[in-house]
Amino acid sequence: MRALCWANAGQVAVRQVPDPELRNGHDAIVRVRLSATCGGDLPLLAGLAPHLADGDILGHEFLGEVVAVGPQVSRHRVGDRVVVSSTVACGSCWQCRSGAPWCCDNGNLAPEASELAYGHPVPGAFGRPTAAGGFAGGHAEYVRVPYADVGAYGIPDAVSDERALFAADAAPAGWLAAELGGVQPGAVVAVWGAGAVGQLTARAASLLGADRVIIMDPQVDRLRMARRHTDAETVDPRHTDILAELRERTGGRGPDICVEAVGPAWDGRPRSLTERFTGAAERPPAVREAVHACRKGGTVVVLGEFTGHVDAFPLGAVGAKGLRVRGARQHGAGQVPTLLERMARDELRTEYLATHRLPLEEGARGYALFRDRRDGCVRTVFSPELPSAE
Amino acid sequence: MLARLAGARRRVRAVDPRPTAQPAGGWAVVTVDRPPNEVLPGGRWPEPLRRLGRAVQVDVWPAPADRGTELAARIRPGTTLPGLAAHVAGDHPDRVVRAALRQAKQLAETGEVLRADRSPIDRGPAG
Repeated sequence: MRALCWANAGQVAVRQVPDPELRNGHDAIVRVRLSATCGGDLPLLAGLAPHLADGDILGHEFLGEVVAVGPQVSRHRVGDRVVVSSTVACGSCWQCRSGAPWCCDNGNLAPEASELAYGHPVPGAFGRPTAAGGFAGGHAEYVRVPYADVGAYGIPDAVSDERALFAADAAPAGWLAAELGGVQPGAVVAVWGAGAVGQLTARAASLLGADRVIIMDPQVDRLRMARRHTDAETVDPRHTDILAELRERTGGRGPDICVEAVGPAWDGRPRSLTERFTGAAERPPAVREAVHACRKGGTVVVLGEFTGHVDAFPLGAVGAKGLRVRGARQHGAGQVPTLLERMARDELRTEYLATHRLPLEEGARGYALFRDRRDGCVRTVFSPELPSAE
Repeated sequence: MLARLAGARRRVRAVDPRPTAQPAGGWAVVTVDRPPNEVLPGGRWPEPLRRLGRAVQVDVWPAPADRGTELAARIRPGTTLPGLAAHVAGDHPDRVVRAALRQAKQLAETGEVLRADRSPIDRGPAG
């Protein structure tokens, strides 16, 4: 089959690779119809992830049609249209049963790598380095989906592929941020980053009853899009002192909940092998601002995918202001079915985020558009079914 | 017998023909979200640990707050793991024990051990 793979030196290339196989009783094989780029891929492309290897298949946000199931799969049949959660969770361990599938104990094929990096094994995800326990990604014609009963969700007929695609990662990530932040009616929420995740965080906060949602991004077209689709107020940080602006808009209190949906600042320079393994510190300017802006006793939610350590984190403010800092990698369990219902009722529209649609063969161009935010790109969506221009 | 131990916060020795020394460090432990009688059905070690034979000691005890069972293993002092000689430059014995514990946990919780994709070399030319 064809698949978009990471190649050394931060390049991507479409290659012919073996079709995936059923390896466990709980597996399903999905024929991919659409897959999306995500900001979480950019550190990988830049070579910041130490375990990424030449040939690893990228892409963690995808949907498609079930073409094979293992004997232990009971919720899905061949022919089902499914969207697949980006993080792999078993649904059976204490973490999963306690409502925290993003902390699953059994969703990783090489737990030693994350144990070393984070102190404990964390679940693997599609499109992440296989040497660090990740799984072959969705920028391909077919994908193996482990624990398919837990991670794959049937799509209601009323929901288009283009809308359902974002139920794989961006929409549940935004919803999780709003939930972890404790958004309630009357809350004031500030969101750093008006990419897909930031906009869907803003929309989730509105749906949960937030009184005001303020979203910040230096990209004018993204702010315009956020105003049109999320009910949020927008702020352009290039022309505004963000901390002063947020104080002014919140009666001097600061937002109740501050969500960072930007990720690390990256200078665009590919990292050397040494830097990848020694964990050169990243810069988290949005997290710093969020901590300073948040009201006393408020909550800061960190959604950005930092791969290791950060410098200049304002720990003093966390203690002095009594802040709650939450982080999470979304897993759709518990969220995706509800989100798909909201999509079916037209409460949650996401298809507008797919600004560019390309064949897999144009993977390099699609990621370049996305990385550089050129041509109004918010998300590039790949379709293996689209004919290549070549 | 194991059912009687539920709720007791004390170490229980699994069925093992050799006397087990009191823990003195070097134990690798996982928490399995199942009761002790499912982790050690009939008092028998789970298959991934049985493979290591008498080279390891195994203990279980109930985990606090309804979290199941804490399953511990360590290499018996002065012994060699079966097949380890084949791993001349390979797995550290502690890693072998930890991997066996993780597999035992997965087996008890999900019914199977998660398997990696086969490598292209194992599978031959791409289709």
